Amino acid sequence: MAIKPDAAPLLEVRDLTVNFDVARGKVRAVAGVSFDLAPGETLGLVGESGCGKTVTALSILRLLQTPPAEVTGVIRFQGEDLTTCPEARMRQIRGDRIAMVFQEPMTALNPVLTIGEQVAEALRLHRGMSHPEAWREAAAALTRVGFPDASHRLGQYPHQLSGGLRQRALMAMALACDPDLLIADEPTTALDVTIQAQILALLARLKAELGLAVLFITHNLGIVAQTADRVAVMYAGLMVEVASTEELFRHPNHPYTVGLLNSVPRLDFSHPPGEILSAIAGHLPAEPPSGCLFRDRCPLAHGRCREEPPWVEVGPGHQVRCWNYV
Amino acid sequence: MSELLEAQDLSCYFRLAGAWGKGPVLKAVDGVSFALNPGETLGLVGESGCGKSTLGRLALALLPPTRGRIIFAGEDLARVSHKHLKELRRQIQIIFQDPYSSLNPRMTAGQILEEPFVIHNLGRRPERRAWVEELLTEVGLTADVADRYPHEFIGGQRQRLGIARALALKPRLIVADEPVSALDVSIQAQILNLLAELQQRHGLTYLFISHDLGVISQISNRVAVMYVGRLMEMASREVLAAGRLHPYTEALLAAVPRPTPERTYNPPILKGEPPSPVNVPPGCPFHPRCPEAQFPLCRESVPALRETAPDHRVACHFR
Repeated sequence: MAIKPDAAPLLEVRDLTVNFDVARGKVRAVAGVSFDLAPGETLGLVGESGCGKTVTALSILRLLQTPPAEVTGVIRFQGEDLTTCPEARMRQIRGDRIAMVFQEPMTALNPVLTIGEQVAEALRLHRGMSHPEAWREAAAALTRVGFPDASHRLGQYPHQLSGGLRQRALMAMALACDPDLLIADEPTTALDVTIQAQILALLARLKAELGLAVLFITHNLGIVAQTADRVAVMYAGLMVEVASTEELFRHPNHPYTVGLLNSVPRLDFSHPPGEILSAIAGHLPAEPPSGCLFRDRCPLAHGRCREEPPWVEVGPGHQVRCWNYV
Repeated sequence: MSELLEAQDLSCYFRLAGAWGKGPVLKAVDGVSFALNPGETLGLVGESGCGKSTLGRLALALLPPTRGRIIFAGEDLARVSHKHLKELRRQIQIIFQDPYSSLNPRMTAGQILEEPFVIHNLGRRPERRAWVEELLTEVGLTADVADRYPHEFIGGQRQRLGIARALALKPRLIVADEPVSALDVSIQAQILNLLAELQQRHGLTYLFISHDLGVISQISNRVAVMYVGRLMEMASREVLAAGRLHPYTEALLAAVPRPTPERTYNPPILKGEPPSPVNVPPGCPFHPRCPEAQFPLCRESVPALRETAPDHRVACHFR
């Protein structure tokens, strides 16, 4: 696979913390997240709503408004610290070296601009192409993502396209400048399963062709299992487990990861219908408890869990934030 | 007749508005027949726009069929009197997908759960209050939340409230329209468990609509697969686990990435997208995307949904 542990990381995130100022005080969305991403690697970032996975992605691109957001920590991309570089430099990086595709292809596209204009924009800004040049290149970019009849569709508006084609248009925009890192935030969640299969196949092909590193954010454990090289599981703003994909799905360690995997219905029709799933009890607490954030819902919680659990190395490249593995 | 619900050649068409008056006809449901036995769960699966929600609304008599009949406990829902329909509706309830928009934000949980009794003129105030408490505990909430408004509940609890409302009148049939699709996977598992327990306890029959095959596999006794308004396949769990299925069902099953350590995901990629129900392809509606289609047969002749084995009906020329 594309894992190159010896290569210098493309992206280094160290102790990323994001707080939001809200009327009733401060809300901690991300609480000290650290990870590396190697060139060409796909890291799956999984977790349920509100776990901080999207906020993590947005802070890498510095897309959060500050205030109300308050971002601390280090984000180094190709050796350059993105948290301190000037905004003008950030604008050069966004859409050129780091691109992002969003979940909702209807709201992520501008409804009053044609697809061609939106794909060509990045090429004009980052590559200094003239309008006709950028237009031609946009057609090529759309063809590359499997857009049927691309040169004709350049003049179409987002509302004239189906959900699957809109997502392809977003991918064409993101990949027009041949970025090194693609951040994909739930790119297939709004799509039907046969269209999702098309988009996942497209992403796999583009990764192989372009040597793209991907930060794939999703709540879907199946997608992560089948597409990522490594997986990071987030809960309540914290990374609770990181491992290579096969290791994580073969030997999940953190009680939350185990619970999450047990919550996914098995798709084989071999069990009795309505068989009780061993679900995680309760729900994400509004006020995070002291110590381990998962202890209120954890079947293995004990006295020690009132203290903050350490980040434990349980195997090569496999780390867990849990007292049970100390 | 032992079926609780039966659809006979059921169709529902909508006439769209055109630029000069009448526009094209949208065939949301087209010639669907099935029966639902008491106590079972029929999973209805399909992609967006395939007509599964319209079928659910037809089963509740919330929409009149254009053609065909929907029969509940031996009575044609389109032919009974208005008064009698109200009586029958006590026995058929619905759980909606979105627990945010299906609860009135200006009513408390207690008022929401009391409303079915008010509408059907059942019991007096103190009695109703007791019933509401019973309902809340039944779905795993505590009686003290009756004074709270929907916005004070989180997604999973709100869906429990929606389920409690559906249970209020002790129905026999519940149409569950994507009841767990808006929920996170850990909460989804809790709600699926709750629905299974309630079915056991009350002998409920579910028409369970979902686009998620995993959820369908978790809860259904039998599964019906819809594509542009038509039933493509109807099969028991046993057939689905081992049998030879409709090419569309096979494609749907293969398209789901599984959370396993084995990298087995390599689905056949279907060409294009589901057709519009306004412009259904001739012959088999799946033929433009079908990897096994043979021409001109599949383009010219509509395959009938026929029984190929016990508990297995398929609409395909090659099954």
